Amino acid sequence: MRPRLLHHDRDLAFDGAPASRKRRAPEVPHSARVLAQDLELDTLVAAMARGDPFVGDVCERILLDPLVDPASIRYRQQVLRDCLAHPDVVRQLYALASSSIERARKVSWGFMPRRPEAIVRHSHDVFHTFLASFRLLRRLADEHAEHFAAPGFTAFFATIRRELDDAFLAEVEQHLHELRFEEGVWSSARLGSGNRGSDYVLRRPARPDLSAWARLWRWWRRPSRNGVTTLTYRLHPRDEVGLRALSEVRDRALEGFANVLAQATDHVLGYFHALRAETAFYVGCLNLSERLRELGATTCMPEPRAWQEGARAGAGLFDPCLTLRVGHPVVDNDLAADGAGLVIITGANQGGKTTFLRSVGLAQLMMQSGLFVAARSYRASAATGVFTHFKREEDATMTSGKLDEELARMSLIADALTPGSLLLLNESFAATNEREGSEIARQIVQAVTEAGAQVCFVTHLTDFARDRFERDRRTTRFLRAERQPDGTRTFKLRAGAPERTSHGVDLYLTIFDGDDASAGPAAQDGAATTKAEQTGSTK
Amino acid sequence: MADGENVTGPSVLHHEADVPRAREREQARERAEAPACFGDLHLDQVIATITKGRDAYRLRPFFHVPLADADAVAYRHEVFRDLADEALRAHVEAFAGAMRSLRECSAQAGVLRDANQRRRLRLDAASTYCTAVTRLARALHHAELHSRGLRRLASYLRVYVASDPFTALQAETARIGRQLDAVRYDLTLYPDRVAVRKGTDGADDGAGVGRTFARFAEQPTAPRAAAVPPSFAMNMVESAILERLTRLYPEVFVDLETFAERHGDYLDPTVTAFDREVQFYLAYLDYMARFEDAGLGFCFPAVSSDKAVRVTGAFDAALAHALLEEGGMVVCNDFHLSGEERIFLVTGANQGGKTTFARMVGQVHFLASLGCPVPASRAEVCLFDELLTHFEKVEDLDLLRGKLQDELLRLHELLERATPRSILIVNEVFASTTADDARYLGRRVLNRLLKLGLVGVWVTFVEELASFDPRIVSVVSTVDPANALRRTFKLLRRPADGHAHALAIAKAHRLTYDELRSRLRS
Repeated sequence: MRPRLLHHDRDLAFDGAPASRKRRAPEVPHSARVLAQDLELDTLVAAMARGDPFVGDVCERILLDPLVDPASIRYRQQVLRDCLAHPDVVRQLYALASSSIERARKVSWGFMPRRPEAIVRHSHDVFHTFLASFRLLRRLADEHAEHFAAPGFTAFFATIRRELDDAFLAEVEQHLHELRFEEGVWSSARLGSGNRGSDYVLRRPARPDLSAWARLWRWWRRPSRNGVTTLTYRLHPRDEVGLRALSEVRDRALEGFANVLAQATDHVLGYFHALRAETAFYVGCLNLSERLRELGATTCMPEPRAWQEGARAGAGLFDPCLTLRVGHPVVDNDLAADGAGLVIITGANQGGKTTFLRSVGLAQLMMQSGLFVAARSYRASAATGVFTHFKREEDATMTSGKLDEELARMSLIADALTPGSLLLLNESFAATNEREGSEIARQIVQAVTEAGAQVCFVTHLTDFARDRFERDRRTTRFLRAERQPDGTRTFKLRAGAPERTSHGVDLYLTIFDGDDASAGPAAQDGAATTKAEQTGSTK
Repeated sequence: MADGENVTGPSVLHHEADVPRAREREQARERAEAPACFGDLHLDQVIATITKGRDAYRLRPFFHVPLADADAVAYRHEVFRDLADEALRAHVEAFAGAMRSLRECSAQAGVLRDANQRRRLRLDAASTYCTAVTRLARALHHAELHSRGLRRLASYLRVYVASDPFTALQAETARIGRQLDAVRYDLTLYPDRVAVRKGTDGADDGAGVGRTFARFAEQPTAPRAAAVPPSFAMNMVESAILERLTRLYPEVFVDLETFAERHGDYLDPTVTAFDREVQFYLAYLDYMARFEDAGLGFCFPAVSSDKAVRVTGAFDAALAHALLEEGGMVVCNDFHLSGEERIFLVTGANQGGKTTFARMVGQVHFLASLGCPVPASRAEVCLFDELLTHFEKVEDLDLLRGKLQDELLRLHELLERATPRSILIVNEVFASTTADDARYLGRRVLNRLLKLGLVGVWVTFVEELASFDPRIVSVVSTVDPANALRRTFKLLRRPADGHAHALAIAKAHRLTYDELRSRLRS
């Protein structure tokens, strides 16, 4: 019995349960940490968390562990649509799971005892809180099941109504009574190694619901009155050593039973942990959706495609993190890169190139997590991995050590890169001179695209970009950050051929400063692009 | 059998009729230091690895005493060959395991307060002993044995297990054990008292909860409850329960009480000696297996009557062990002396394996003298009265004059002790003096060695020493002919050729820099 709201066939790999954190919390891979940093995922996660660190943690892990199969993505999208239609129920489920875990934790002050007798006492109290949770869960399912359409939710509610039926609730109550051991612990044993008692087996003394008369009858017929020799060892009530020794023997007699109880507790808690984690993600989605709507941004449910289709196109694509940070809608862009193995983005500094690259990366991660995306419409092939290689601002010096560092990072990516990956390069390999940087870029991009990965490359390496433009316009798309003739930026990207390097012009301008003022930026642009190039680069 | 008139039966380590004297000799060495050559030859590491985890058997002394004659070596080879049989070895290992648990049992019994518990442990120990000895006797009886050592032991045990004291011990431990195993009792545990009754059988009534909550079970979780306190001793309530059981089942516990009085010290000295001595073989076989898994063979060396030495595919066991742990490649080498030849003179590239070669020759000879297989694919070696070594000591480098003096004194001392039957291994002496001095001193000392006629290894940078006498065999550490920077760690019999390699090492460092650059551009 599992929630299965995130995957139709398996649990979330991480649910924050203390036991499972040790056993199976997957390490966030290095490349995913880099990705989160480069895409400024923190901003998105903070909006999803809305002050609940657990929600933030779950959302971040899910965003960084994207789904690959379009059908699995659609499974989550359907669940999410139900959530968006019934936000209250989803928040109630999350609250129920959280409080069940919290109440169980309060019973033991956060510690799970290890001594069997203590486990038995503890389990009694924990089961008591569970019983309340089971009843509440049943009520939620009975009331709301019919309003939910997603296969994930339908199965979820059906399971609760089937497994937490009245018979089950009655059984739990019965066990709660037995766990008090009001008539002492009855046990059978034999002599083990060193004449110690071993193979303790718990015996049920009698049916606890006996009437008073039946109890009296049983007392009258007790073994010691019927020829069975009973030798009793009685301790002085203040003999602390003796009482401790006696409790050790009780521990040995209860050990097997305590393990059964502890396991049952763990299993039930495991369910609530899974429920909490899975609903936490959808609570995060609700939080984000509500916040973006407040800010007036438009989102849509994307169309996930298989990688082979090479789909990547959308309208009104924007960077949600930027929107969340500045608090109002930001410039959006269109993208038409279906079937393109490589997208090269060039153009003016501060022209919105990096923001655009982030919006592509975020849309990919959000789509593959089952989230809506920040766009009016979007379709894309699901990638087997998303990798970023961004210029590191902190070490902007042009030294060989810097290139070394850049290539070391690239080499780490190459270790993890699979065919079907999406690689976002932001001013990579610029830590050397242009010719060498271009050569490195040419070789790496060639190798990566031939290996079947898709590359989006924001670059100033004109040698590389021009070369690509001349040799391969079929599978490469060229975008250029727009700049008005007067130098102002619109932050819009247009299909456009890469400009020629402006070093010569700049140099001329610097050396001949003021001699020929009219040959300014306009001349530069005019020299850079021809009509034919413009048309060749559009789809 | 063990009735005082013939307390010592056969030994698997000693072929002499007079086993006690051989053991005495060994015990004399027990407290003594390892032979002086152990550090230089890294035999200390080898022996430490072999005996690791078997400290209780005090095996090291066995490895400190070289055997004097070929028959003693053959006696141990025979046992090694018999124990190479997996089935027989498993029986011996099982016997050793049982003897270990017997000792643990007895040690436990010594510290327990509760008399009923103490007696039970003594009974269990005796029962373990009887089973172990019977099984071993039966296994040896059915095995096809070729070694004198194990055959002698087999016939000794055959008599022993049929002897009256042993059969009586066996029968009684079994009977009392069966009675104790049949004891069942019921407890009712209240907060302040416990009721004890004779027991009944029945199902576990505690499983119902597990069934109720099974619907939540996704995967089994580790058991968490831990009731058993770390100590083996019983607490006062357990003692009280046990005391009440002695009243409920008096006939069982009276037998147990008198058992210890009737059977005191029942361990047979020959059996216990075998338990210890056979570990020499088991430890060594385990050690060999580690190498054989990696394709590095050991072989039984032949013992030559003259001073012929003919070894192929040998390796330094200590180095190879370290390399295998790191996943490195082990290079094997050959060496042989025939006719008049007596001394290996080793020259060649630095870090090319010269010292390793010297150690290897020493190890092969020493291990052979213990009656053990040696790390080589084929070997013929000579036995020695003493294996003498002198390896350069780096720590005294600042006292140049004192060092040369030290070396000469030390060599003098070694030569005083050396006989024609000794083996002498000298590594890099006179490195602190001028080349002329080194040549002169080397020649003088070598002449004395040749006069003695002992077998030796001399590692030096003075290449001229390699060719001044036909009894000296020149061995050279070689490099890859295609790439002068790559050492092969192969040492070959050939004239010393006088290559300088210091420059090449510097080049090697530049090469790694180029490698780095090419990697950045790919």
